[in-house]
Amino acid sequence: MTTYPTTWRRPPQIFTHRGWRIGLQLAALIYLVFAIGTLEVSWARIAEGGERGMRFLMGFLSPDFSSRWRDISQGLIESLTMTLTSTVVGVAISIPIGIGAARNVAPAWIYAICRSIIAISRALQEIIVAIFFVAMFGFGPFAGFLTLSFATIGFISKLLAEDIEDIDEAQAEAIRATGASWAQLINYAIQPQVMPRLIGLSLYRLDINFRESAVIGIVGAGGIGATLNTAIDRYEYDSAGAILLMIIALVMVAEYSSSYLRKFLQ
Amino acid sequence: MLELQGLTKTYKTGDTALSDVSFSVPKGQIVGLIGPSGAGKSTLIRCINRLVEPTSGRIVLGGRDLTGLGVRDLRAQRRRIGMIFQEYALVERLSVMENVLSGRLGYVGFWASFTRRFPPADIQRAYRLLDRVGLMTHADKRADALSGGQRQRVGIARALAQEPELLLVDEPTASLDPKTSRQIMRLLVEICTESGLPAIVNIHDVPLAQQFMQRIIGLRAGQVVFDGTPAQLTESALTEIYGSEDWTAMRKGHEDDKDAEADALRRLSVLPA
Repeated sequence: MTTYPTTWRRPPQIFTHRGWRIGLQLAALIYLVFAIGTLEVSWARIAEGGERGMRFLMGFLSPDFSSRWRDISQGLIESLTMTLTSTVVGVAISIPIGIGAARNVAPAWIYAICRSIIAISRALQEIIVAIFFVAMFGFGPFAGFLTLSFATIGFISKLLAEDIEDIDEAQAEAIRATGASWAQLINYAIQPQVMPRLIGLSLYRLDINFRESAVIGIVGAGGIGATLNTAIDRYEYDSAGAILLMIIALVMVAEYSSSYLRKFLQ
Repeated sequence: MLELQGLTKTYKTGDTALSDVSFSVPKGQIVGLIGPSGAGKSTLIRCINRLVEPTSGRIVLGGRDLTGLGVRDLRAQRRRIGMIFQEYALVERLSVMENVLSGRLGYVGFWASFTRRFPPADIQRAYRLLDRVGLMTHADKRADALSGGQRQRVGIARALAQEPELLLVDEPTASLDPKTSRQIMRLLVEICTESGLPAIVNIHDVPLAQQFMQRIIGLRAGQVVFDGTPAQLTESALTEIYGSEDWTAMRKGHEDDKDAEADALRRLSVLPA
């Protein structure tokens, strides 16, 4: 009769040598200590910041909707317009780019072009793009609209392309076998398979674009962000609090309604 | 009618799926293609409508060489070849009617198909075919609302909507239960006989092939090793196609299935109704 061991340990998965494991852990720890040392934490500034934060919080707790209502409502309308138009335009441009960026339906050279467009759009963060467009077209919602459309293209095209690459190939093969053209193949075999997800992604992007519209306003691209920036610059924390509450409420409405709609579409 | 001459397919990986396959199928003949998995059955029928590009050889359908055609000509020739698939391959989110009408895509322009405005004759034909396969009342259901047997009937109607001169059928019964399998095979054979339509049927189920096919071609490692009537398909021929061990195992498996089925029926019959 054989005796089986009663102890068992999970063998190390990545670094099998004990020396390497200890060495790497030690190196990470030393790096962390030095990195914290270079941060130059100033306690005086922290105390001051706390005080300002309190003032901000007080403003937040007593929001003032009325005295700057005209600015706030105008900013909100600008933001909502920017959001809706940029989502519609962005999605419309994303569909051909997304199809072109799917390896299974596009020829190699189109694939390369569309993937580079996506890469550029995704590499540039919204704020940077917004600064660029503000410099080109001046302050205001037009720069914001362009920024959000540009960002939407990277987002929707990439996810749409991945969804197209994940389709059930048998369905596409069956349509191809009937003698269908490329456009008919897209319409009959690809579109029915990706449509629910495309609608879901567009609604999700609408929601993201609204949030982003508040951020890019700060660098001058119009909308509620610009109003918020002005309020903070004037030390009107009560108005700023009101604006933040409006943004939070609208984001929550967008969040819940888009997730409800997406669930309905599945 | 259909003639294959020295058809060879070597994949990029260097695997030879077909080597020098030649045979011809006259009008109205139903040919069963049998062989172990990996013998090249699927590749062979996909080479015929060039869903898979053959490396060399010729495919002649009704006097027209299908190899070396450009994109536009290939589309026009694909219309002449209807195909029925293993897992039905219906577009699940389209309606039954749209799936049947998709058989007409090679004939209509993009706008007509995009707006779903097919010519009246096409719509009439689609209804007639749906009636023929017994799904008249299901026309506006979504394809994924149907059962397996019903879906395969839609697949048949779609292939017939092309008004093909040849049917390629890839494992039509692989995902169906035995009873539905026989119904589908019977329907296929009836339809082919009615209109003198030749068909090549990939089928892994040897007894089913023997029951329904007029002629059987056995493939092994990409080569034709048997070509004859079901009656000529003897034990030794099957051993030649499947290899001795595999064939014995398959036959045994089949007998086990039959025994299990008989046993289940026996048990069911004693249960109080």
